[in-house]
Amino acid sequence: MSKNTVSDRFRKVDVDEYDENKFVDEEEGGENQLGPDEAEVDSLIRQGNLMGALQAVLKNPPINTKNQNVKDRAEGLVLKVLSSFKSTDIEKGVQSLDKNGVDLLMKYIYKGFERPSENSSAVLLQWHEKALSAGGVGCIVRVLTARKTV
Amino acid sequence: MSYHSFLLEPISCHAWNKDRTQIALCPNNHEVHIYKKDGNNWNKIHVLKEHNGQVTGIDWAPESNRIVTCGTDRNAYVWTLKGDVWKPTLVILRINRAARCVKWSPKENKFAVGSGSRLISVCYFEQDNDWWVCKHIKKPIRSTILCLDWHPNNVLLAAGSCDFKCRIFSAYIKEVEEKPAPTPWGSKMPFGEVMFESTGTAGWVHGVCFSDSGNRVAWASHDSTVAVAEGGKTAVCTSLTSETLPLLCVTFITENSLVAAGHDCYPVLFVYDSNKAALSFGGKLDIPKQSAQKGMSARERFQNLDKKATTDTKEAVLESVHKNSISQISILNGGKAQCAKFCTTGMDGGMTIWDVKTLESAMKDLKIV
Repeated sequence: MSKNTVSDRFRKVDVDEYDENKFVDEEEGGENQLGPDEAEVDSLIRQGNLMGALQAVLKNPPINTKNQNVKDRAEGLVLKVLSSFKSTDIEKGVQSLDKNGVDLLMKYIYKGFERPSENSSAVLLQWHEKALSAGGVGCIVRVLTARKTV
Repeated sequence: MSYHSFLLEPISCHAWNKDRTQIALCPNNHEVHIYKKDGNNWNKIHVLKEHNGQVTGIDWAPESNRIVTCGTDRNAYVWTLKGDVWKPTLVILRINRAARCVKWSPKENKFAVGSGSRLISVCYFEQDNDWWVCKHIKKPIRSTILCLDWHPNNVLLAAGSCDFKCRIFSAYIKEVEEKPAPTPWGSKMPFGEVMFESTGTAGWVHGVCFSDSGNRVAWASHDSTVAVAEGGKTAVCTSLTSETLPLLCVTFITENSLVAAGHDCYPVLFVYDSNKAALSFGGKLDIPKQSAQKGMSARERFQNLDKKATTDTKEAVLESVHKNSISQISILNGGKAQCAKFCTTGMDGGMTIWDVKTLESAMKDLKIV
């Protein structure tokens, strides 16, 4: 047998990279997206203005950026705001959002499900229930089909 | 509306003949069955067997009475009725993946086939060779073409694709037609030219439809949105995110109203206001029968609470006419300008004929403009 069969490095080649028909998403400039303003959101939470904090944290979503840190920071901030709401106020919080806001909130909720921490899933599930009644199943379908997400 | 259950298997695709007495459908296999209406019954009168793979698209040309079918075997056949038998003619599409949808052009001298080969085959009949020939539209399609619709001028073709875009192409074939007049979508229309490409919706485009005038195009996308674009200097796209599961098929029933249906198993009305460039939800078009409200015993209530964590008395039964996703919708009477009746077929093997007047009177607040 020839010498070539000894090495198995060929098994680690990612053949999809060499596929000439490979679908590449369009690049949209996301370099300047920094995510929600941490200082603003923190101050709003401290003042007790939770509705305002919710609106602020859903601004500037880091959708197009490739910087994973920015995305993680945004997710952490959103989780902080969601956890500081009282259970009874969650519904009002969701009502204050427009359609796009509900879609964005749902995206953050599912992102939060991906990496559960101490109490995060319970809080997120309460928000999920309220967001679902506001946005319907269509809202969840949009989370699943979005190519660029938070 | 009248519901007829043809099969237990899904109906992959269907097409009606000119006077709506016969329907050709594919019962999720390699064949095409033609049923003829006889009073209240449907009798199977023909079985067209030629494809080697599932038939994915059927279209019946009303004037010339020819049927074109396409399938996963990468072929298309044009069927002509000779006496009492349908005779197939093979059309070489030159594709290396399955064909997904097929549509006759309004003048029936061409048809277009969308396929998984990331291209559209526009086929026309060459008199000299007595043979169907095809031309390909390739750029800039990056994925499977799922749905097609022709513009009334016989030249422009709208195509919805899995690369998340709805595009309008020119399918002008100089061998069979004259140069087309300018339209709101553009004036120069060489073969394969992209006249319009959608932006703003994500998700595979499952269904696309031109309005009767051809000035508007609507498409349904897998991210649960419906969008309408109007041709003009700047083609305006308006989309509406819906709260339901994705819609699979869409059609105009008047110049301003659309009916769409999909995985939620009931048709839905949308209204387009061109002055405000806004699309709005018009209403659900399925009238569920009022099921008798039976009282719940305390035991049942407790069981519900235990099993489903809710005291909701709603049973998990679909109230709509179709019991599974609706995959295709077709206009029966009235054309796309003043549709009087339309038909839906779905994965439950059933076909429903919907009467627009009855729906309008049955559901108050339903305005079909």
